[in-house]
Amino acid sequence: MPVYSEKVMEHFMNPRNVGEIEDADGVGEEGNPVCGDMMTFYIKVKDNRLDDVKFKTFGCGAAIAVSSMVSEMAKGKTLEEAMKITPRSVANELEGLPKNKFHCSNLGAQALNKAIQDYLSKKKAKGGKE
Amino acid sequence: MRKVYLDHASTTPLLPEVREAMIPFLGETFGNPSSLHDWGDAAREAVEAARAQVAQLIGANAEEIIFTGSGTESNNFAIKGLALAQQNKGKHVVLSAIEHFSVLQSARTLEKWGFELSLLPVDKYGVVDPKDVRKSLRKDTVLVSIIHANGEVGTIEPIQEIARITRESNVVFHTDAVATAGTIPVDVKELGVDVLSLAGNQFYGPKGVGALWVRKGVRIMPLLDGGVQEGGRRAGTENIPAIVGLGKAAELAKSTMAARIEHLTQLRDRLLNGLPSRIDHVVVTGHPQNRLPGNASFCVEFIEGESMLMLLNSQGVAVSSGSACTSRALKASHVLIAVGISHELAQGSILFTLGIDSTPEDIDYVLEVLPPIVDRLRQMSPLYAKFIKESKGGK
Repeated sequence: MPVYSEKVMEHFMNPRNVGEIEDADGVGEEGNPVCGDMMTFYIKVKDNRLDDVKFKTFGCGAAIAVSSMVSEMAKGKTLEEAMKITPRSVANELEGLPKNKFHCSNLGAQALNKAIQDYLSKKKAKGGKE
Repeated sequence: MRKVYLDHASTTPLLPEVREAMIPFLGETFGNPSSLHDWGDAAREAVEAARAQVAQLIGANAEEIIFTGSGTESNNFAIKGLALAQQNKGKHVVLSAIEHFSVLQSARTLEKWGFELSLLPVDKYGVVDPKDVRKSLRKDTVLVSIIHANGEVGTIEPIQEIARITRESNVVFHTDAVATAGTIPVDVKELGVDVLSLAGNQFYGPKGVGALWVRKGVRIMPLLDGGVQEGGRRAGTENIPAIVGLGKAAELAKSTMAARIEHLTQLRDRLLNGLPSRIDHVVVTGHPQNRLPGNASFCVEFIEGESMLMLLNSQGVAVSSGSACTSRALKASHVLIAVGISHELAQGSILFTLGIDSTPEDIDYVLEVLPPIVDRLRQMSPLYAKFIKESKGGK
């Protein structure tokens, strides 16, 4: 087995919040299948808080564990708080990631951030119309 | 939980008979074969008996066998040693694109030393075209090295035909037979090669021992200088227990080969046919028929190999993958890329290599546990979601 922490293994074996949100308020995608890992995050926002977070991930054990952890860290947070989640803080919560996996598989925070940006730009566009 | 080891290309278990043969040399028979007393004689006799056993396995003369520390060492020795010994004649070396890293990287080192390299392509089944070998030969070509069979895709190469070409052109021909020697019939005279590598841990012998067969008259420069062990071609006190184990494993491989092949081929075909009938969007890699008896390799679309491997391991099944994520360098297997698999599909690589202890029940267990694993990962995969949406939209 790859040298994964217990926490990574636990999230990999029992990933939280897998799935899509049909009427998501924001969607963010990061990575690509050619380089190995790809993550899509879906968010539902209520009163400036992440009411629901779901993800789909193509990739290795680390990529799946990262996605699961990010979804768990983000849920219930305000948008500002959620945007402070970084690859480093995700890796810390997972009790570490193998060195060679740190960059390629640790895309969850970026994907979440993109989903939040997507929500904010949609909101702005809507606001502009009103 | 059921334990099913299907990763024999990585290494095979030691046969009990092999272990038994080795044990005296981890104990009372500890002499150095170079010593001129009874202790030395006992060790020397054991090494020479093993040399004869290995020679018999590949139809060679015993004095043409050089023991090494691994298949990797044999390949390093062959590529560097043969090229360096002939560098006054020329500095051009020909390889296939699907050589093992120990051949490929040795040749890369030669490049740094001023040699030129030609890498020959393979077709979609992983077969080298002998015509390409002919075309690649130049006046300054000193070495051709084509793998007998690549363990990742299992395809067996047309070594005999290539040997005819190299012989006509008077170019030294090495084949890396690490995946084949002890597994399928390998006869150096029939193959027509000049130099051949093999390794013990591929056919139920110990790790840390290999051999290089060098046809009499072929010049090779030693990698290890020192004493005159192995006819002065590989210095260093011999690893007697491992060499004895290699010899015993060779003897057993020769005497039981036909039965082993029949057994492995049946199980392999059960898996090669069974998996695609249970899982959609699976590609078999390598040659459909002309492949190693124990090799069943696939690429599963929309998911990644390491996560498959980890979930299979949680069900007690050991396999390998050529996906980028499973390699330390995070690069997809060069072998899969050479046979024309896209980087994306190569991510779904999964390799089953069966062994003589594998059973039909083992295969059926894999066929039972893998489909739900694939399904679970696909439910998680954004690529699969896209594919489903597009195929629905298309209709």
